[in-house]
Amino acid sequence: MSDLREIYQEVILDHYRKPRNFQALDAATSEARGHNPLCGDRISVYLVVRGGRVENISFQGAGCAISTASASLMTEAVKGKTLDEAKALFHHFHDMMTGPEDDGEVGDLGKLEALSGVRRIPIRVKCATLAWHTFKSALEDDARNAEPVTTE
Amino acid sequence: MSGAAFSADPLPGKVAVARRCHPSLPFDVERVRADFPALEQTIHGKPLAYLDNAASAQKPQAMIDAVTSAYTHNYSNVHRGVHTLSQRATEAYEGAREIARRFMGAARPEEIVFVRGTTEGINLVAHSFVRPRLAPGDEVLISAMEHHSNIVPWQIVCEETGARLRVAPITDRGEIDLDAFEDLLTDRTRMVAVVHVSNALGTINPARRIVELASRRGIPTLFDGAQAAPHLELDVAELGCDFYTISGHKLFGPTGIGALYGRFERLAAMKPYEGGGEMIRSVTFEATEYNDPPHRFEAGTPHIVGAIGLGAAMCYVEETGLDAIAAHEHELLIHATKRLGEIPQVRLIGTAAEKAAVLSFVVEGIHAHDVGTILDHQGVAVRVGHHCAQPLMDRYGVPATARASFAFYNTRQEVDRLVDGLHQLLEFFGP
Repeated sequence: MSDLREIYQEVILDHYRKPRNFQALDAATSEARGHNPLCGDRISVYLVVRGGRVENISFQGAGCAISTASASLMTEAVKGKTLDEAKALFHHFHDMMTGPEDDGEVGDLGKLEALSGVRRIPIRVKCATLAWHTFKSALEDDARNAEPVTTE
Repeated sequence: MSGAAFSADPLPGKVAVARRCHPSLPFDVERVRADFPALEQTIHGKPLAYLDNAASAQKPQAMIDAVTSAYTHNYSNVHRGVHTLSQRATEAYEGAREIARRFMGAARPEEIVFVRGTTEGINLVAHSFVRPRLAPGDEVLISAMEHHSNIVPWQIVCEETGARLRVAPITDRGEIDLDAFEDLLTDRTRMVAVVHVSNALGTINPARRIVELASRRGIPTLFDGAQAAPHLELDVAELGCDFYTISGHKLFGPTGIGALYGRFERLAAMKPYEGGGEMIRSVTFEATEYNDPPHRFEAGTPHIVGAIGLGAAMCYVEETGLDAIAAHEHELLIHATKRLGEIPQVRLIGTAAEKAAVLSFVVEGIHAHDVGTILDHQGVAVRVGHHCAQPLMDRYGVPATARASFAFYNTRQEVDRLVDGLHQLLEFFGP
């Protein structure tokens, strides 16, 4: 079970049990929905963007431990960031999740690095990236009820 | 190479046909396990417990050998050549059809069409048999527990013709509501297509009763037998259905091959599904005369070696004995149902009175994908997801389930390892 502990790190289990920023935001300036048809995971990401900055972010939905924890950690990581910083973080995280496993350098992603072990199970990488793709869709498309993004 | 070398090498088709395929030894799970090389491996350092048989089954050495031998010694195209290899390949291919006839209980080999699998069998019937008979307002009746392969082909032909797809509801236990089913049989019903054994719930549907209800009204029937064939003795003639279709890969045979049984009068009255070689008698640019069934439905070079492998797999199952298989699997089902029932956080989805050894379940508070990953790290292979039955998942209000599905090579110890794995999962995720 030891390598399972590297995948399901304590921070992941903690954010799964107690997801942060887990609510709808009535004041959201944009919102996007994501869906992974393979496992039925659904997520909505709510954003309040003001003055070129992610002033607030939250999410709701149902998913596995990895997708829920990833969404929760993402909301903590991008809150308060400028849009450019948030986009850079998306790419940085995406590179970490999709890069080769032996690529030890994941850079400085703070708590998000807890998800790097998921790379070992390629079919689960989409669980970790669903929230981020949904976030990116919300950033790019301010219209409510944009087409759901999918990681399939 | 001398002729003697060839004649010493048995032809798989010939041997298989000649065999009487009666079980010769009493069932012994350790002996049958030894026939399946894939079962010997370890996964994450643990012995593999392969409990994903409803998705696809592992392969016995006898089947692998039949495929290797066909490609190594007896390979050529079928039906046309006058040379020796072509005759051998034809004999083995048509020999496999005879084995499939016997395995499925058809009256004659011409009633067996080789297809890619159950999905193609259903599509063939939907397009060649049902579509020309559909007018706007006509109906096709399926059930709420169908695999996508027994939903989508009917949706396509209904959409093209203005017919309606009707869905017979199921009970909370996962049984077809037969009263509602009967009410849905109307004078507009042109086809009844139902799964024999549900891949997602394990329910064994009352096929005979369904045929009775439909044929009383002159409505043709098709059964999706993908999940039934590895577990139940088939007898399509006795069942009295019009079509019955199975997949090789779930029956310990190769991928990409399956069989469609069609009652001969039905097949003989049907137009081709695809055009090409093999399915014709004569061709001019003005007109083509179609071949008789089953060749009419086997356009192009068929999956020759796949069919030979399927025949070998069917022989293997017959030799193992379907009665013994059913008894062993039933014991596994009883044991697994009891052991999973001891875990309060586990809820079974599908508790029909008549069930095959398939256990779909959800674990309270833990997503099916996490269940699957953590069991995999203990060497236990289960399926997680919607099992290609999304409407069924919606029926039970769950996005996905975990599913343990057993074959005759599984053991009580593997059931116990599944249960141990679930205890570890619960411990891992904590309160």
